[in-house]
Amino acid sequence: MCGIVGLFSKSLAVSERLGEHLGDMLLEMSDRGPDSAGVALYRTPAPAGSTKVSLHSAEPGYDWFTLHAELEEAFGSTEPDVRASHAVFVVDVAAAELQQWLRERRPELRVMSAGSSLEIYKEAGPPRDFVTRFALADVQASHGLGHTRMATESAVTTDGSHPFWTGLDLCLVHNGSLSNHNWLRTNLRREGIEFETENDSEVAAGYLTWRLAEGDSLEQALESCLGVLDGFYTFAVGTADGFAVLRDPISCKPAVMAETDDWVAMASEYRAIAVLPGAADANMWEPAPATVYSWERQPVA
Amino acid sequence: MTTASPVTVETVDLDTTSLRELNQRLHKLGDPPDPSAWRVVNPGGRHAIAVGLDSPVEVDIDGHVGYYCAGMNKHATVRVHGNCGVGLAENIMSGSVIVDGNASASAGATGRGGLVAIHGDASSRCGISMKGADIVVRGSVGHMSAFMAQKGRLVVCGDAGDGLGDSIYEARLYVRGSVASLGADCIEKEMRGEHLLELRELLDSAGLADVDATEFRRYGSARRLYNFHVDNAGAY
Repeated sequence: MCGIVGLFSKSLAVSERLGEHLGDMLLEMSDRGPDSAGVALYRTPAPAGSTKVSLHSAEPGYDWFTLHAELEEAFGSTEPDVRASHAVFVVDVAAAELQQWLRERRPELRVMSAGSSLEIYKEAGPPRDFVTRFALADVQASHGLGHTRMATESAVTTDGSHPFWTGLDLCLVHNGSLSNHNWLRTNLRREGIEFETENDSEVAAGYLTWRLAEGDSLEQALESCLGVLDGFYTFAVGTADGFAVLRDPISCKPAVMAETDDWVAMASEYRAIAVLPGAADANMWEPAPATVYSWERQPVA
Repeated sequence: MTTASPVTVETVDLDTTSLRELNQRLHKLGDPPDPSAWRVVNPGGRHAIAVGLDSPVEVDIDGHVGYYCAGMNKHATVRVHGNCGVGLAENIMSGSVIVDGNASASAGATGRGGLVAIHGDASSRCGISMKGADIVVRGSVGHMSAFMAQKGRLVVCGDAGDGLGDSIYEARLYVRGSVASLGADCIEKEMRGEHLLELRELLDSAGLADVDATEFRRYGSARRLYNFHVDNAGAY
């Protein structure tokens, strides 16, 4: 199973309450994915030349403020925005250099995302706990994706939770299961793509990362999934300006999309969209199989 | 002169009444059902609304519903004034299920009797393994519709997706628009007078009197896959 939700704001009123709306959508998908939950939020872009990074610590009560002091000294950094086991920093340095620095100085931390506006929060445990612990209700954002997980292919851990970060400001959520992920992971490792888990969805994210690094557009990268990935999938991919949706040619995994003047939403089931203002009168459709849908517009935030 | 007593409509709001309570009340109606007319408001995409009805009750649902709406329906008339999720009227036995909007995958799956009328589009696997139900779709149907359909009629006023009627047995398929591809052992068949007559009846019963039956083509089983024969291996 697993549940996917996505929300793209077209109005200030929705942007101001995007975290709350996304949390409500996530809760509706709890029984599709009671094991873990996660969100990707696109908000307050970092200034040019700076990098926004989401970090996760497995150790409770991590000392983010000492890390902040070190980042401040090395590059210049904002105060951390701490939410439960995660903290978000905006650091005045390029992403690659920051990641290198973190790998050397703080190998115990996991980089959940890096880019300009993307923040990723995810954790094992019931979605309801996640929504509360990460205080989604007070988050403003231009758009976001969410995922509730019912694990099938690998362990229930924070690392196995979605969204998966796939590149600067890019992330993936997946409903389904892939059958050829071991073979693909081996091949992608040869191409220099790193994997942290035995999770099938991480392989899909790694595959997209590789295609994008090879120069594919997001649309091309997604279309090439159709020939390479064997299994069931509905994917939603978050980008700095919007999101894209792809379903496998058989489309056993559900998806529904809806649009009003104020928002565009996608979800595994309509009941996750029904909680949004004006949902009953939204224009609604089911994404066709093997077809890339992408949403890219100047977001309002 | 007698006047029929006015029908009282029992309204149930799913924002304040649990789905289980609604379905239990609908299951406990006598014969004839009392009340005989129901209106369900705020369905909110919930699953399994009005499932397992077995009396000639009329149920109108105002809004979009989730999975398996009106599943296993017997005798009842269920109208959805909105869109439906997966498995609409799954295993319908008799009665009617009428939808104003679209239906997601597997509408009318395994249905044994009765009528499923969808006034929008139906998604993939519409009428999969149908066993005697009639399914009439004003719009188009997705891929693998009428897969292993055994009995009954599927009418599509729009187009059909890939693999229509794959491994079909004795169901009859009528499509007005294009067929992306026919599944294994499904072929176009001659439209004879008796087929025009039954199609006209089906369209009328679904409230599609404006649709011209002569514009349809008929598809059905070539009957080459009932028993496996090695010469048919290429058809898979």
